Amino acid sequence: MAEVKLTVNGKRVTRHVPDETLLVEFLREELRLTGTHVGCDTSQCGACTVHVDGMAVKSCTMLAASASGSEVTTIEGLANGGLHPMQKAFNDNHGLQCGFCTPGMIMTAVDMVRRYKASGERLDEEAIRHELEGNICRCTGYHNIVKSIQQAAGEM
Amino acid sequence: MYATTYHRPSSVEEAARLLSGEAKILAGGQTLLPAMKLHLAGPSDLVDIRRIGALKGIKADRSAVTIGAATTHFEVASSPDIRKAIPALATLAGWIGDPAVRHVGTIGGSIANNDPAADYPAGLLGLGATVVTNQREIAADDFFTGLFSTALEDGEIITAVRFPVPKRAGYEKLRHPASRFALVGVMVAETAGGVRVAVTGSGSDGVFRATELEAALAKSFTASALAGITIATDRLMSDIHGDAAYRANAIRVIAQRAVGSAK
Repeated sequence: MAEVKLTVNGKRVTRHVPDETLLVEFLREELRLTGTHVGCDTSQCGACTVHVDGMAVKSCTMLAASASGSEVTTIEGLANGGLHPMQKAFNDNHGLQCGFCTPGMIMTAVDMVRRYKASGERLDEEAIRHELEGNICRCTGYHNIVKSIQQAAGEM
Repeated sequence: MYATTYHRPSSVEEAARLLSGEAKILAGGQTLLPAMKLHLAGPSDLVDIRRIGALKGIKADRSAVTIGAATTHFEVASSPDIRKAIPALATLAGWIGDPAVRHVGTIGGSIANNDPAADYPAGLLGLGATVVTNQREIAADDFFTGLFSTALEDGEIITAVRFPVPKRAGYEKLRHPASRFALVGVMVAETAGGVRVAVTGSGSDGVFRATELEAALAKSFTASALAGITIATDRLMSDIHGDAAYRANAIRVIAQRAVGSAK
């Protein structure tokens, strides 16, 4: 068993889990934070995207033991009082249909806006579509998701 | 996933001591963990080297760029030093996987795995890099020995990769439209030791140097110099994504684009 110590959404947690436990399993099954979804479980779809030490990662492709010591933010930790600007933008622009991919989309989107702001590069529509390469929506298309990110990028 | 035992050593020496039997190094894990889920890998122990300080970081001077083995693709792609010294290498790293994969995946993990469609093997071979391990230095020409195989011995750990700064270099790739892996990826470089052209995604034995293209570019480092060149198909793979003849043509076209973008 591995001792896993994380700060998840600002709260310190310690659990003993089998060494091969994935971070997404730890979040969903140990902490009952089920907003982080398992879509493909093969690191393609991005539904499981969370932030580890401030960076978007696929939590189905990281061991909980390997993340131990890190700060993790999940979709549950994004809202601070009111909705996060990215959550509000997805709401305003109907950036979802069934909503299964949405937690991962939003965590990826927040990460991309932060990164582009930090580097000073322009996050235009083409860049957003390129940045969404690792997140798959199977309902409809990406138009409203891209619109949502464009709106939030102006507000974050 | 089969049960395994996780270790987090704090030094390369400690990591080396833990590597015995069926133990495997865990770097970014972006290939190893999916392989373990599919039961294609079942290491008894995982030795996590991701946080060993000595394996991280980028050093650049006029003649070379040295990248620690546990440095992520994101760190390479966004490094001002690498963008200045070898922009083609930053481009290559920025095209691996997707943003979340690039935040975790490492250069050492990529080359130790030597996937025939991975980008870094073409980067190392095309730029004439040197792989530094805890035991020795290995020229890229000797490092990649076939599909998913390298010159690494049991217990040997990659610590860094050293790239000589070329006069100019360019990397381009033809992506599979769904997986985005390279059907053809070509690194061209004009180096102190001559012109080098390395091809990934296409070789039936993994990454290789395209000597026909190197000879033509040595005479004239221009896209038009490659116009009439035919690539031999005997060492190229044929699969549902493209047959050897298709890949041979694509290698020439992508090499021409790489020459065009070289700087």
